[in-house]
Amino acid sequence: MSASPTKAKAGAEKLDVVVSAVVPMNDLVTRFEFKRTDGQQFPPFSAGAHTVVEMNDDGRTRLNPYSLMSDPADTSTYAVSVRRDDQGRGGSLFMHRNVAVGDQMTITYPVNLFALDLRARKHIFFAGGIGITPFIAMIAQLERSNGHWELHYAARSPELASYADELRLKHPANVHVYYDSQDQAIDLQTLLQGQPLGTHAYVCGPAGMIKWVHDTAQTMGWPDDVVHSEEFLAPQPGKPFQVRLCKSDITIDVGENESLLEAMERCGVDAPFLCRGGACGQCETDVVETEGELLHRDHWLDDDQIAAGNKIMPCVSRFVGKTLVLDR
Amino acid sequence: MIADAEGAEALLELAAKDAGLMAKSHIIYIPKDTGETYVEQLRAAAPAQLYVGPSFAAATQRIRHVLNQAHMGLQVYLTGTEGLMGQAMNEATGAGISHTAIQTEHRGSVARRVQCVHCKGITEDVMTDPYVCGHCGLNLFVRDHYSRRLAAFQGVCIDAEDPGNVPEPVELYK
Repeated sequence: MSASPTKAKAGAEKLDVVVSAVVPMNDLVTRFEFKRTDGQQFPPFSAGAHTVVEMNDDGRTRLNPYSLMSDPADTSTYAVSVRRDDQGRGGSLFMHRNVAVGDQMTITYPVNLFALDLRARKHIFFAGGIGITPFIAMIAQLERSNGHWELHYAARSPELASYADELRLKHPANVHVYYDSQDQAIDLQTLLQGQPLGTHAYVCGPAGMIKWVHDTAQTMGWPDDVVHSEEFLAPQPGKPFQVRLCKSDITIDVGENESLLEAMERCGVDAPFLCRGGACGQCETDVVETEGELLHRDHWLDDDQIAAGNKIMPCVSRFVGKTLVLDR
Repeated sequence: MIADAEGAEALLELAAKDAGLMAKSHIIYIPKDTGETYVEQLRAAAPAQLYVGPSFAAATQRIRHVLNQAHMGLQVYLTGTEGLMGQAMNEATGAGISHTAIQTEHRGSVARRVQCVHCKGITEDVMTDPYVCGHCGLNLFVRDHYSRRLAAFQGVCIDAEDPGNVPEPVELYK
């Protein structure tokens, strides 16, 4: 990896890998393990990091971010767990149907938007469903440094609770699992009440769960900066629209089922990106001219920026209206 | 809520704005030069607990005890002189609260708490620049360099190369 700040291509630098294991966990979740094609060790990462997996789906490039769930101290293997989304745009389906042991793939260097705050006296994790994956890496990291943590993991049913049994077996005192199917629920209020000063909370799961944890913690007087969350958004389909890219001097069409970022890439524009899920801020683009409505779907722009209407995150956001000109 | 001197005014304003707040508040107050000026008013605001002490050092044990017993959800509010806020901030961050979560409001004197970089002695309420270190007697220039760890500004010898050549002290930060 070069230390040079200027990169030839957008996105994090890439790694060529070979799929070393495909392990179905249950009906919906499968774990994929990678080794480097060149036999070298992977770069070390901090728990909470994700990698963007590049898929060549019949000529169409799909780029999906997945949290690394392997032990950060084990640089021989990277592992991700993918939940199959039958209603999704097809990335997870491709992983489940088309990826087999021995396949050559490309993934990016790890990027961490959900790091542990190591100043914390205690870490309390809230996972919903497949949101368990970053916490598996975090737990491995904290176990090495003798960190103080506990996990509250909500899953639909025992059958769909990926990794719940092995986590409970390894850390019986720290892991608490709740099954919707058995009417069990996280008693958030009680949990947040008795935590010692210096506790940080982390939540990864569906949007509603993230909001619930943030809101409850805030009501109970927790400072905002000790509640950490990560949610990758998948770009939602929408009406096709046209956009003019003034720096590249082209006008492109964004289709119903592709994101603005994907359309730019398809037309050969090297637009910056990292997470492709509205979280990292890397793809932020200036809006030069607009006549219509920007449909912001990211977690990056704040209310003031949205009101000003001069920025857009092309990885997830869209546009309806007559003209849109971007500084790209 | 930890306050000194005129910081009491900020507490009284808070109490006037939100009466319910005081019923949940533990006030640790160091009057300094204001003596009894605010003590009765603070008592009348009816905080859950009110401690009035002679100095920050005297209040430190109580502050540590309160922080030790506290859980997430505790709000820390510091008001008064910079020296008080800086030292109380150190106790609170040491207990695990991030400094961005602590509210501060400066009231009263703008005097500085200064550490002599030569003898490490700390002088409270420094009003003039330069001043004579009360611990080692050097003439010190008060720099704008602030240490969060020490909750003090830095005082550096002003006449090291030409002993005795000391500018007239001027009153600081009026």
